[in-house]
Amino acid sequence: MIDYQNVCKWYGDFNVLKSCSTHVNKGEVVVVCGPSGSGKSTLIQCANGLTPFQKGTITVDGVSVGDRHTNLPKLRARVGMVFQHFELFPHLTVIANLRLAQEKVLGRDKASATEKGMALLERVGLAAHATKYPGQLSGGQQQRVAIARALAMNPVAMLFDEPTSALDPEMINEVLDVMTSLAADGMTMMVVTHEMGFARRVADRVVFMDAGEIVEDTTTEAFFREPESERARQFLSKILQH
Amino acid sequence: MFHGFDYKAITDNLSYLLIDGLGFTLRLTLMAAIGATALGSLVAVMELSRNRLVSGIAVGYVNLTRALPLLLVIFWFYFLIPWVWQWVTGADRPTPVGAFLSALITFTLFEAAYYAEIVRAGIQSLGRGQMGAAEALGLRYPQVLAYVILPQALRNMLPVLLMQTIILFQDTSLVYVLSITDFLGAASKIANRDFRLIELYSFAAVVYLVISATLSAFVRRLQSRIAIVR
Repeated sequence: MIDYQNVCKWYGDFNVLKSCSTHVNKGEVVVVCGPSGSGKSTLIQCANGLTPFQKGTITVDGVSVGDRHTNLPKLRARVGMVFQHFELFPHLTVIANLRLAQEKVLGRDKASATEKGMALLERVGLAAHATKYPGQLSGGQQQRVAIARALAMNPVAMLFDEPTSALDPEMINEVLDVMTSLAADGMTMMVVTHEMGFARRVADRVVFMDAGEIVEDTTTEAFFREPESERARQFLSKILQH
Repeated sequence: MFHGFDYKAITDNLSYLLIDGLGFTLRLTLMAAIGATALGSLVAVMELSRNRLVSGIAVGYVNLTRALPLLLVIFWFYFLIPWVWQWVTGADRPTPVGAFLSALITFTLFEAAYYAEIVRAGIQSLGRGQMGAAEALGLRYPQVLAYVILPQALRNMLPVLLMQTIILFQDTSLVYVLSITDFLGAASKIANRDFRLIELYSFAAVVYLVISATLSAFVRRLQSRIAIVR
């Protein structure tokens, strides 16, 4: 579904991604973890062309992201993305946030876009808040709306870029619950996160990054039992000891 | 103090002053503000373009316009536009376009440079996240601007845009140098005809003051009300 081949990226002289290769199969949940600044977010943002990369190829559902002839908006419409800071549109109500791209990109009419939006708000438990503005919701609620907004496009895969990092601790679980149920439904997911509990429970594979390199790419079980690399072992011991 | 102040010089000419004169000024202000907001938004978007040529043209336009005195531009355009119009239509001789249209074009083009800088600041205040989120949903760039970026930028900047419009309202009085009957022009004509300079100019000052101060007060109230809850 998502396939990275030797992807390299530089910010000026700084090499953010060093020949990264990995993949996410259909229906698979892959968690990308690693220390801050290791290139996790950059890696995931390359998958729908939000961030350009200089070398290598990424194909998403058979479409090459880096190809100049690729219709990026069309590709992005099929890949959902959830951001650290939610990025709901603050000037639109919750339901209008869910409707906008359905109408303007998929060409759905207002009634069916509303129906689809309401069904998804129901699913994330926020139907009662449909006519509120994002600013009136808590962080956890906003992130659930953001997930619903991405799902409204019927994506073939979902990318999560640190979806719980900006949340207060008591709100993290409501977001992780939605993501867990999504995974249970067979959604293809690539998730950058520090939530190791979530990774252990939900992920099929774990990709560990450090300093722009994919250091480890293995099954969840193997990653938590005994990581091969010293760097992953150190990372885990720091993160899991409390 | 107001001994000899002839109120009749004002009251006798109210309809000319307010309907002909102030009507012209308000129409010019309103239409130029709308035109300048539209053109200014376009220029702002061009300024932020990744295409060097496009942003170069926009930045050049803004810098050039803001470097010229308004009074010069008013004169210059008044005489230039008929020539341009002749060139566009292929007419035999320069076509006078009328005082109102000439003033409207001048103020729209001139003010667009100032509105553009305001809108540009509004867009930049939003940060990359909103743009990324809109693009991630598959919206094309013009749609991102139209539905996500510009509505927020214009709303955030509405108080500043209105303050600039108050300045525009005062600046329209400069058209009186073209003998146009705007509000100040109307007051000036009556003043000279009836030799009631103090009365008419005082009246004009009071009207400008009342309108500008009312709008300013409105902007201050608006500022606190429209702030988007974040």
